[in-house]
Amino acid sequence: MRYGLFLGCTIPARSRNYELSARAIASRLDLEFIDVEGFSCCGFPLEASDEMGAILLGARNLCLAEERGLDICALCSACASMLTKTAYRLDSDQSLREHVNKELSKIGKEYKGTIKVKHFARIVLEDIGLERVREKIKCDLKGLKVATHYGCHYLKPSYIYEGFDDPQDPLTLERILEAAGITNIQYRRKKDCCGGPVLLSDEEVALTIAQEKLTYVKEAGADCMNLVCPFCSLMFDANQRGIETQFGSEFAIPVLYLPQIVGLAMGLSRKELGLNLNAVSTKELESALEAEALREDRGGQ
Amino acid sequence: MKRINAGDSDPDFIEELDSSSFTGGFRGCYTCGTCTAGCPVHRARKDYDPLRIMRMLVLGLREEILRGDMIWLCSDCYTCQENCPMEVKITDIINHLKNLATRERNIPLGVATQEKLLKDQGKIYLIDDFDNKKRAKVGLPALPPMVEEAKELLKKR
Repeated sequence: MRYGLFLGCTIPARSRNYELSARAIASRLDLEFIDVEGFSCCGFPLEASDEMGAILLGARNLCLAEERGLDICALCSACASMLTKTAYRLDSDQSLREHVNKELSKIGKEYKGTIKVKHFARIVLEDIGLERVREKIKCDLKGLKVATHYGCHYLKPSYIYEGFDDPQDPLTLERILEAAGITNIQYRRKKDCCGGPVLLSDEEVALTIAQEKLTYVKEAGADCMNLVCPFCSLMFDANQRGIETQFGSEFAIPVLYLPQIVGLAMGLSRKELGLNLNAVSTKELESALEAEALREDRGGQ
Repeated sequence: MKRINAGDSDPDFIEELDSSSFTGGFRGCYTCGTCTAGCPVHRARKDYDPLRIMRMLVLGLREEILRGDMIWLCSDCYTCQENCPMEVKITDIINHLKNLATRERNIPLGVATQEKLLKDQGKIYLIDDFDNKKRAKVGLPALPPMVEEAKELLKKR
C-alpha cells in the first residue's frame, strides 16, 4: 500500500519525533510512504486571513499527488483537515472549482478530483486494519494507562470526513491503542481543544485551556497522553513546563504521538521512535515498562 | 446592557453571508446558547461568546463584528458547529468573518506574520541546511528550503 506522505510545515522542522515514529511503524505495517517533491504548506495557516489563498495552496498540493497517482497521508490534523476540506469544497462547488483551476492553470496545473486525503491514524484503521497491528505487537503494555487527546481537526468539521469517527463520542484512536494491547483511560473534557490556535490572539487563554486539560489527565491517573497533531503536542509537551511555572502546578506527564506508543508495543527502540526528542522526559515511563516486562517474565517462569 | 441602534444594521452584509452555501443558514439560530455552553474559549474568557457573534450577524452589525477582537479569539475547534441543533456552520462563518476583518486591516500581528511567511516562502518554517543536517542525523530525507511554485501561485492572482 502506497501513500504520498504530506509532512506540512511544522512536522519536519519541529516534530521529527512524530515523523520518525510514523515512518518506523508504517514500514512494519507494509505502508509505503512516497516523499512527493514540491509539497508546500497545506494552506491552513492562511485560512483565517486569505481563504482563497489557502484553497489555492491546498489545491496545488492535491494536484501534485494526482500527478503521481497517489492518495495523501497527512500526519498533522490541521493538514488533514485543510486538504480534505479543500477537496470537499472543490468537489461540491463547480464555480469555485472553475475559479481555482483558472488560477492553477497559471502554473500549469489542474485539479481533477482523483485522489483521497486521509490522516495517518485513519489509514491504520481503514486500510491497514487492526488485525495487522495486533500481529506486530511484541511487548505487553497493558499496564500503561493512556489518556487520548483527539484534538479538533482530526475529527472536525465532520461534514468533510464521511463519518469515519464520531466527534461527539470519538473512538478510533483508542481502538488502535486497544489493538496494541494498551489500556485506555477516560478523563474529563476529553473532547476539548488544546488551545493552540488562540496562542496568536491571547496566549493566556490558550495556556489556560491546555492547563485545564492537563489537570484532568493528571487527576485520572494517566501515565501519558496520546495525540496525533503537532500543534496539540506543542501545547501539552513543549509548553508543559511553562504552564507548570505560570500556574504553579506540577504535571510531568509524558506526551507521546500515537505511533510512538504503538511503536513501543512493537518493541521498537527509543531512537527509532524519536523518544529522545520529546520535551517531557519519557525515560521514567520506559523504565517502568521495562521493569514490568521483567517482572512478568520472571512470574511466567 | 447596550442599546442596539437599528441604523447600525447593514442588510447587505446579512444577505451577502446568507446567500453563500458555505456561510448561509445562520438565520435559523433560535438563541439556545448550545454554542457558548460548549465553547472552551468561553470557559477561559467569558467575554468571548459565539452566540453573541451569531446574534450580531443576524442583526447585521457589520462594523461591530469586523472592528472588534471577538472573532479572533475563536480557536477554530468546531465544537459549537458540531453541537448546533440548527446546523449553523458557526466556525466556518467565524472563519469567513476573520477574512472580512483582515480586509478592514483588523488582524492580530501573529496571524499577519504567518501570512507573510507563507507568501514569502510557501511554508511557515524555512528548512535550512542546519535543519537538514539534523534530519540526516536521524535518518530522515532532506527537504527543499522553500517552495517557489507555491509563492508564484499566491503572487500571480
